[in-house]
Amino acid sequence: MRKTYRLEELDCANCAAKMETAIGKIDGVQNVSVVFMTQKLVLEADEKRFDEILREVKAVIARVEADCRVVG
Amino acid sequence: MPEKLKKRLIRIAIGAGIFAGALFVPAAWKWARLAVFLAAYFFLGWNVLLKAGKNIVRGKVFDENFLMALATVGAFALGEYPEGVAVMLFYQVGEWFEDFAVGRSRRSIAALMDIRPDRATVQRDGQNVTVPPEEVQVGEILVVDPGERVALDGVVTQGEALLDTAALTGESLPRTAVVGDEVYSGCIDLNARLHLRVTRLAEESTVAKILDMVENAAARKSHSEAFITRFARWYTPAVVIAAALLALIPSLITRQPAVWVQRALLFLVVSCPCALVISVPLSFFGGIGGASRAGVLIKGSNYLEALARADTIAFDKTGTLTRGEFSVSAIETKSGTAEVLLETAALAEHISNHPIALSLQKAYAKPVDEKRVSNAQEMAGLGICAQVDGRQVYAGNARLMESQGISPAPPEGVGTQVHVAADGVYLGSILIRDTPKADAAKAIRDLKALGVRRTVMLTGDAPLVAKAVADEVGIDEYHAGLMPLDKVERVENLLGETSQGKGTLAFVGDGINDAPVLSRADVGIAMGALGSDAAIEAADIVIMDDSPARIAVAVRIARKTQRIVRQNVTFALAVKLVVMVLGALGYADMWAAVFADVGVSVLAILNAMRAQRPDKKGKENA
Repeated sequence: MRKTYRLEELDCANCAAKMETAIGKIDGVQNVSVVFMTQKLVLEADEKRFDEILREVKAVIARVEADCRVVG
Repeated sequence: MPEKLKKRLIRIAIGAGIFAGALFVPAAWKWARLAVFLAAYFFLGWNVLLKAGKNIVRGKVFDENFLMALATVGAFALGEYPEGVAVMLFYQVGEWFEDFAVGRSRRSIAALMDIRPDRATVQRDGQNVTVPPEEVQVGEILVVDPGERVALDGVVTQGEALLDTAALTGESLPRTAVVGDEVYSGCIDLNARLHLRVTRLAEESTVAKILDMVENAAARKSHSEAFITRFARWYTPAVVIAAALLALIPSLITRQPAVWVQRALLFLVVSCPCALVISVPLSFFGGIGGASRAGVLIKGSNYLEALARADTIAFDKTGTLTRGEFSVSAIETKSGTAEVLLETAALAEHISNHPIALSLQKAYAKPVDEKRVSNAQEMAGLGICAQVDGRQVYAGNARLMESQGISPAPPEGVGTQVHVAADGVYLGSILIRDTPKADAAKAIRDLKALGVRRTVMLTGDAPLVAKAVADEVGIDEYHAGLMPLDKVERVENLLGETSQGKGTLAFVGDGINDAPVLSRADVGIAMGALGSDAAIEAADIVIMDDSPARIAVAVRIARKTQRIVRQNVTFALAVKLVVMVLGALGYADMWAAVFADVGVSVLAILNAMRAQRPDKKGKENA
């Protein structure tokens, strides 16, 4: 399943790159793209465990940039 | 300017004011002086310090905030208060500029994409109501007034108007829409009210698809972006290790740790690869945005990059380089005028719906007065015989003429010749063929001028026809008589011949019959894709209208983007390296380091923003 989210307060391009690397390592994530310019997260992951994976993704994002929030 | 940035600017200004005041405090007032400097410092840098603290708690050292905190606190510890505050001030100004520039380019790209209509007027129960486009159902009647953007795709049921399709196709000439024509969302009605029967829901509309594609394009990252990300992963640790060595080894030898620790700090400040990480994707994003404004949709940064390196471009013939329909290309008269010849042929052939007959009607361009024609009948494989204005007319191929005892003129040029005779007199012949598009030759010329090494035409047509078109548009080589599978094989051969170097192979087709070839090439380009979902689906790059000259525009945009990316990478790394070397030798201070960090970022962003500017050269020529 592939879903797109908005990342609010994604202020640092290097952080976006770090997030992308870290999210890519989460088990069950097939593909991920964190786009600094459009402030978007495109996540492709195992459908059955999607919610669980998304929670992990959010935790990773918070660890890299505390103010950054995942929306919709 | 957004509120947040404005507040930060005010804060920086006040902080700078306190700093300026602190410089006038006499050095004798030791504690007071320190207090004022500290006030300026905290006022300017509290958020940096706070973030640095948070990051340390979370076990993340070596982020930008931490480094700035360390560098400035270090300066205070050494008693260099002005330096400490000034570096923080400079850093904040740079950060502010960085955010300002990123925000601006985000907004200008958003504006570029701002072709999504936010409301639609539909007829419901005999009244016009305005609703969000998402609420309109298929089959409803959409009312479009002059000056409005067409909200949804539909077919004209009433009215006639000129439409500006520039947002979709990049084409500046308006298009006429009459009853029965399909109209795409995103066009602007220029002069008259139109009624449309909605054919697609908002989320499936042309404009929604275009926007979706461009927005998602940024997620398909280019090699350069991937390289930068990989590079950043070792760049930062490498600089940090270098800094540690610089702090340790010379200190042990010279026994002046303060000097070397300070120099090492400088390394840490330049260790952020921000300039690269921001500016490279920004350039690609800008390039994709600029291209979409020129009517070229690029599905990913990777394709933009591949197109910039295009070394061989292969074209499909029919519908790509040629119009894809028969039209009259020459009229040879033996007796009487060309007008009479064409009229006679058009009248005689009006009973037929063969493509050749249709092209004659089109060239004639007047309604056929059927009363002038009688006893018309098709003679299979030969042509037509009919009574036109009371004269016995034969129109058809050479065999038809010979069967009537008339000797036709010898064939001239490539195409289908329609010979016409009336009452036993040979009037002449009309040459009908699929002619090249008006800008096909220019497209090839432009591509060659851009350094594309090899242009190839692949066609299922006969060699003679292929040769004529190839000569006319100036293409280097052609392969005729190919079945669809042969085309894939040819493309594979061509791929083999390009991949030795660094060049890529692009294939241009109409996107409907060429799907396998489009996907096999490094870059698949579909033409005339407006309204054709299949073509949009199959290709990597989509040319919305059917003008081949836009391929050159796309290549130019891709090259420009590539150039900007290279400039930024070289510039940023060069400045950082120079500052590190000078810093290690003691010739660069913290100011230079902050410049190498945020200053370079700002400059790189400004440079990257050029990528989204319209392609001037393309406009002049188009």
